[in-house]
Amino acid sequence: MMVILPSSSSSHRRASQGSVSKDHCPASLGVRKRLVYNDGAKRLFLRSRFGFGTGRLLVRGYMGQGGAVNECEDMVVEGNELDVPGRKYGIPPAPTDGFDPNHLRVYYGKLFPHSDMFKWLSYGNDGKHPGCDQTYFGRREFSFTLDNDIYLRFQSFSSLPDMEASIKQKCPFKIDLGPIYSVDPSKRHAYAKSGDNVFTPVERELIFDIDITDYDDVRYCCSGADVCLDCWPLMTVAIKVIDRALRDDFGFNHILWVYSGRRGVHCWVCDAKARRLSDEQRSSIADYFRVYKGNENGLNKVSFVGAALHPFLVRSYSEVLREYFEEVLLLKQSILSSEDKYEKVLEMIPDKSVAAELRGRWQGKQRSQGSKEDINVVRWQQLKSLLQSGRFKGQGLRRTVEEIIFSFTYPRIDMEVSKHMNHLLKAPFCVHPKTGRVCVPIDPNNCEQFDPTTVPTLAMLMEEINMAGSREEPYDVNGTSLGKEVIYFRMSFLQPLLKSCKEEIENSYNTRLQQSKNSLTW
Amino acid sequence: MQSVRGLRAGVVAANPSLPLYRSPPPLEVRLEDFELFALDRLRVLKAISDALSRGKKPEEVEKLVSDLWKLHMRLPQASESLNKDVISHFVLRLVYCRTEDLRKWFLSLETTLFRYRFKLENADSQKALLTEFNLPYKAVPNAEFEIVKEKLEQVARSIGSPLSSAETIFYKVPFEEVPELVAGRKVYISRGNAYVAMNQVVSLVVTQFRSYLSKALILTNRKWTSSVRDQEKDRLTPIVEALSTSYVGPDYSQARESTEVSLKDIDHAANSSFPLCMRHLYAKLKEDHHLKHAGRMQLGLFLKGVGLKLDDALAFWRAEFSQKVGAERFEKEYAYNIRHNYGKEGKRIDYTPHSCQRIISATPGVGDHHGCPFRHFSEENLRAALGQMGVSNRAMEDVIDKAKNRHYQVACTLTFEAIHSSSCDRGINHPNQYFIDSQKILQSKLSITPPCNTSN
Repeated sequence: MMVILPSSSSSHRRASQGSVSKDHCPASLGVRKRLVYNDGAKRLFLRSRFGFGTGRLLVRGYMGQGGAVNECEDMVVEGNELDVPGRKYGIPPAPTDGFDPNHLRVYYGKLFPHSDMFKWLSYGNDGKHPGCDQTYFGRREFSFTLDNDIYLRFQSFSSLPDMEASIKQKCPFKIDLGPIYSVDPSKRHAYAKSGDNVFTPVERELIFDIDITDYDDVRYCCSGADVCLDCWPLMTVAIKVIDRALRDDFGFNHILWVYSGRRGVHCWVCDAKARRLSDEQRSSIADYFRVYKGNENGLNKVSFVGAALHPFLVRSYSEVLREYFEEVLLLKQSILSSEDKYEKVLEMIPDKSVAAELRGRWQGKQRSQGSKEDINVVRWQQLKSLLQSGRFKGQGLRRTVEEIIFSFTYPRIDMEVSKHMNHLLKAPFCVHPKTGRVCVPIDPNNCEQFDPTTVPTLAMLMEEINMAGSREEPYDVNGTSLGKEVIYFRMSFLQPLLKSCKEEIENSYNTRLQQSKNSLTW
Repeated sequence: MQSVRGLRAGVVAANPSLPLYRSPPPLEVRLEDFELFALDRLRVLKAISDALSRGKKPEEVEKLVSDLWKLHMRLPQASESLNKDVISHFVLRLVYCRTEDLRKWFLSLETTLFRYRFKLENADSQKALLTEFNLPYKAVPNAEFEIVKEKLEQVARSIGSPLSSAETIFYKVPFEEVPELVAGRKVYISRGNAYVAMNQVVSLVVTQFRSYLSKALILTNRKWTSSVRDQEKDRLTPIVEALSTSYVGPDYSQARESTEVSLKDIDHAANSSFPLCMRHLYAKLKEDHHLKHAGRMQLGLFLKGVGLKLDDALAFWRAEFSQKVGAERFEKEYAYNIRHNYGKEGKRIDYTPHSCQRIISATPGVGDHHGCPFRHFSEENLRAALGQMGVSNRAMEDVIDKAKNRHYQVACTLTFEAIHSSSCDRGINHPNQYFIDSQKILQSKLSITPPCNTSN
């Protein structure tokens, strides 16, 4: 029903307002976007983010609160705001950071996979089996961050329609997921902090948060919130190492990796065993992954004493770290190309004479003479052969190569996030307010293909919806680039998880039945 | 497990030397034993607590546990020892269940005690205990062992305890059961199972012990507050309430022959063997020729414990006080009290010299010099006083640090050790103990020529 006329000039779109009802809220001409309602027909007039131009963008009103779309008049959005007769309000250009809060409403209305999220978070307790826990979903804490940094904690919903309505109505900039509590979080005040009748977390996914800013001391291409394809491999490494350990070592199967929207990745381990881990057990897993012994002179210190490395570290090194260091990061980050960079590495060598010898070879030279190979590769070879040559005797040198590689590549997780059951974490499929990118899942088996710079943005998706509408195609998520992300979520993660949850519910139900039968027959 | 339990009489465990305290013993206990057994166990627990707060190494604590257990808890018959062990534990549960702090302390100490005692058991006994705990852990079968052997060896080498060829017994345990081992990467983990070496099994077992005892203490507390405390208010309750604050050392009320001190020796003894609290009182007495009542009590009783006879004591105090108040006033106002202290007047109670606990809890006011100097002295004064005693600079820092952290007795112990250049394992709990130990060391030094260290 939505009719969008393609613009004649695709690079410029004009935005202006067509017919306007009298209950309209005035739009400011200034910077802020404003949601504009017509209360009668519950329409939302969208402002194009593309600023002024010569094309036309026709946008139909959209129904905000679920339910059928009303017949509403098409709006021609075109021309210079001041030129169109009858136009009262101007439409300022969209902010250039890629996020238009108005679009969130469309996003939550059409694209956000409410039903899949509900199915996930119910873990099979959808009421269809007598063994289902009807209170389960309602005991989950949600937290909404609204515009103006208004923060709503301890939100809970009893059903999918309940959750969907609230999200669509409040349009949160960010949705965080908390634990499942012993009772409905919105009723928590009725319960004590300790004693018998408590309000306390009882289940929570095992989560990990990896943020690339924790690697700022070993990446030279970007700093702070930026991320690019030269440093993103650090995230790839983190995913590979941790995913492997979670599956092979800890025996977990239902693991969801999600792009955080800007500069990192999140991991959700959803096995029943994982959800029931205590804080102490979560801590122990986080410590199992910890390798850095703290900070020395601003360098994250890795120190391997002992006659051997733990098999987990050995596997991580031989399967992921060494290769990524030598074949990817060494080059992308030019780790040994200039003096301040290679000094950092030389500092990690406990034997000063080794460092001095290397320094002697590298100082003052820009290119290695006569070699076609990259200077970083050449220097790294020199370093390795010197350390492994046996010329220098020193206990500390035995593992220096490994220590260097670990320092530059080994995953750096935020320990606090994983340790506590009540730690909140952003939900998948949220839109990051600073980048406009959707927090899409990442396939750990193909994580080296993942490109954060091509993740769908809110603006892109709006565009796609408009295009679909103009071609008279159904303009739901399947028609957009978000579609394949949702399908991946559904097929690779959700379905196996639900199958396993259902089995568990059935089994424990049958066991309980059996037990009660046994106790009746003496 | 239930049917097996039925076969056993009461709670005597399969392993006779290390009980698990799962349920109170169905034994009759004499009232005196109720208290005495508990006191003996308390001595052991407090000694461990002391050793830990002084930062003793694990090997030292292990030896301490072994020695102290033999000393305080052994009885001629093994069954008697076991009974004492179990009874004393349950009595102390009553004592220490009553507040969160008490529970924490007791839980921590009993778990530590259990850990060391477990380690001291032999391998078979440990295996039996493992079964006792009903831990659903399987020994790794040989075939599987061969497959993972290399990884197990790698882990062992990485934590600095390489496997000997004899060590082929490993247990397979869900990783959630051994968080400490997982956190330290001290075990090989695969498909959710941790492969735990026999010597690491201690960690397993201790975690179980701790968790069980923690829950039991809460239940005990409930029962105590809801019924037992009132039911027993004329019999057990006063004992229980006193036990948690009691001093558990000797009372030094009867000075032993060998440590008799005569008037002329006091001065020398004060300089060499008095603890700081008594030195201070003595010095102030010499300076002011007077002490207030509490100071007189503390010092006077101490001197009695040291071996000063009543006549000598009277002479001593008279010599000092008459310089200020005159001989007549001394006889009228002070002599009576001194005789009272020796049990020669009034109620004729032979008062016992104050223990450190009592002295520390005193609150000296203006003009008072009693109490524990490690608690009440300013840092400057403390340094000066310690310096005068001959404590080296290095030791001084330790002492000051302990005093700042409110470990006053530990500070005094360190002072003792610094001055006598020998260690004092038991810790200082009583000024008279300080004196006796000091004299012992000095006398043994005198009897050996050339003088050498008698530290152990």
